[in-house]
Amino acid sequence: MSEIRRRDPRREWIARNRLHPEHLDVLAELGQGTAAVEWMGPNGVIRKNPHAIGFIGPNGVKRIDRSGAQQGGQAAGGARQAAQDSRRDVTIEAPAFLVAVVPELSGGRLSGHDKDLLGLARRLADADPERPGAVLAVVFGEHKEEGFGEAGIDRLMHLDDDAYAGFAPEARLAALSAVERELAPRHWLLPDSPLGGADLGRRLALRLGERPATGVWQIEADGEAPLGWGCTARGAAESLDIQRPLPRVALALAECAEPVDETRHAAEPLSLAEAIPSAFSRIEDLGQVAVDPAGVALAEAEFIVSAGNGVKDWDGFHHAARVLGATEGASRVAVDDGFMARDRQVGATGTWVTARVYLAVGISGAIQHLQGIQSCDKVVAINLDPGCDMIKRADLAVIGDSGEILAALVAKVEQQRGGQRDAA
Amino acid sequence: MRPEQQGVEVAVLVSVGRHPITGRARRADQDARGLELALGLERQLPGSRVSLLHAGPRGEESEAALRGYLGMGLESLTLLEQAEGSDAIPALAEHLAAAPPQLVITGARAERGEGSGLLPYALAERLGWPLVNGLAAVEKVENGVATLLQALPRGQRRRLKVRLPAIVSVDGAAPVARQSAFGPARRAELEATSVPAEPDRELAEWRLAPARKRPKRLKIVKAASARDRFKAAAAKAEGGSGQVLEGVSAEQGAEAILKLLKEEGVLR
Repeated sequence: MSEIRRRDPRREWIARNRLHPEHLDVLAELGQGTAAVEWMGPNGVIRKNPHAIGFIGPNGVKRIDRSGAQQGGQAAGGARQAAQDSRRDVTIEAPAFLVAVVPELSGGRLSGHDKDLLGLARRLADADPERPGAVLAVVFGEHKEEGFGEAGIDRLMHLDDDAYAGFAPEARLAALSAVERELAPRHWLLPDSPLGGADLGRRLALRLGERPATGVWQIEADGEAPLGWGCTARGAAESLDIQRPLPRVALALAECAEPVDETRHAAEPLSLAEAIPSAFSRIEDLGQVAVDPAGVALAEAEFIVSAGNGVKDWDGFHHAARVLGATEGASRVAVDDGFMARDRQVGATGTWVTARVYLAVGISGAIQHLQGIQSCDKVVAINLDPGCDMIKRADLAVIGDSGEILAALVAKVEQQRGGQRDAA
Repeated sequence: MRPEQQGVEVAVLVSVGRHPITGRARRADQDARGLELALGLERQLPGSRVSLLHAGPRGEESEAALRGYLGMGLESLTLLEQAEGSDAIPALAEHLAAAPPQLVITGARAERGEGSGLLPYALAERLGWPLVNGLAAVEKVENGVATLLQALPRGQRRRLKVRLPAIVSVDGAAPVARQSAFGPARRAELEATSVPAEPDRELAEWRLAPARKRPKRLKIVKAASARDRFKAAAAKAEGGSGQVLEGVSAEQGAEAILKLLKEEGVLR
């Protein structure tokens, strides 16, 4: 190839003329579509190309978005990545002390309560920047959580054994006692929630000979207290506030502190040096019992199939709810029209539900109904109208006839169950 | 009735409750549910004996509250008389150790005082008995082993086998207590014995105040740029990040829903 650079004045002209029909193609050929905005000049000075900043708006006018998240431009994906990576990485090599947290991990993931509790643990650990403590999380059984570091955990002890499955307070207590013997954390924090910490935390406190603070919802520094912290706890069926020094074991309520959102911690795996002695258990877990979903209160049901005006085949709907093992709910229209009982109504005038999965069949999503399902985790909508509010709220929306889709769903579930029975 | 099926001895620990609105003494809700459970057990296993136990001061108000339990159909209540503000755990543990029942039923937490819910755990630790919390029902008692149903969140139940003697605590999932009848409550007996008591010094040192309303958590937006702040302020509460399947067949739609239900683990 010759060293002489040849110019094509016509192409340059097209490249300058952004209204030319071939403008974009020419830009792509010239490589200016992805032209560098900033580069290091030969003298070590940052050079900028102001012409490469921004994008052409819909009216053919150049727009510059200075927020960093360019809309029409190419760099949108990169900018989003940068926004996610704004957390500061923190590694604590030699902690002055440990704050042990036992999250409840309902459904295998850190719950909001767990994250609040870890925020509280971080407050205790980071109080003195000269001598930072480390937050140790003790996790039992299998989990699906990936964001332990984001939640503020420095050391992660994962105890995965069949002995800890189900209701095994004695085995878990033996493991925590072993952690106490070997690592001697300065604080033990557990969530005061019925499934997780309320039971285990009280057992642990008495095993350690401590009088725990239960229902803690606030902590503040207190120089006179033995651990340097005072706490406010709820007592007497939520009617009293007890101010007391923070003991070694504390059971905290939800929203006791802000969750960690500015730092990312190491979550280094940690294990015990000695084996955990196996505990003799006098309690045997025979597993969960099948509960009639119709008997479960709507407000605490886990899985709700809810019907609205779009449901025409009511027998099919009831059959689907029975096969799926779901509790039935309804929108106001379905109740007013007499298809469902009044106590099944979901929404502002009915029940505020907390289901993990809410399957809305033929519900367009009036604002009163959407209020009632605010705290549901996953919402699935089946609807004919792709523009309705329920579709906007839903995590998964299927546009189509509700009767057909429910029938197909029932057929699939029954087919699978039948297959399992044949295999077994 | 089979001959080997014998009754069990059940002790129900009761406390003086507090009406949530008026603040008057009443029978505590959870303890009354515990007693209801014990009475149901008595009907289920003939030959069972239910005894009531309370440790605390004897006053006009507390006596009226305790008679609320007697009005549910019992003839007597054992009252371990202590001064106000003393620790009930040693007295109860001593009394239970002297004549151990097979099953001790308590409420999960008291409605007065610290109300930490520690008492059943402290008794279990002292006596070395197993403890089950959140009891919903006793299914059967056979050969010194009780089969229990434990209440889980979201209306679920778990079946447990526990070796007796054991302590169980009940909360809102247990059957609702029957009404208390006034006449039988007046006629029933309070067997009071005075027991030595140590004052609860730690509790006396704490500052107790009527509960403040907890501050509502604010939605704090930590955005680097004005654009993000504006978006956060102007955004609707629900994000439209969901997946929409349009123009698919019923089978494909059902497949997608089934996949989600399986991922969430709600299908059994």
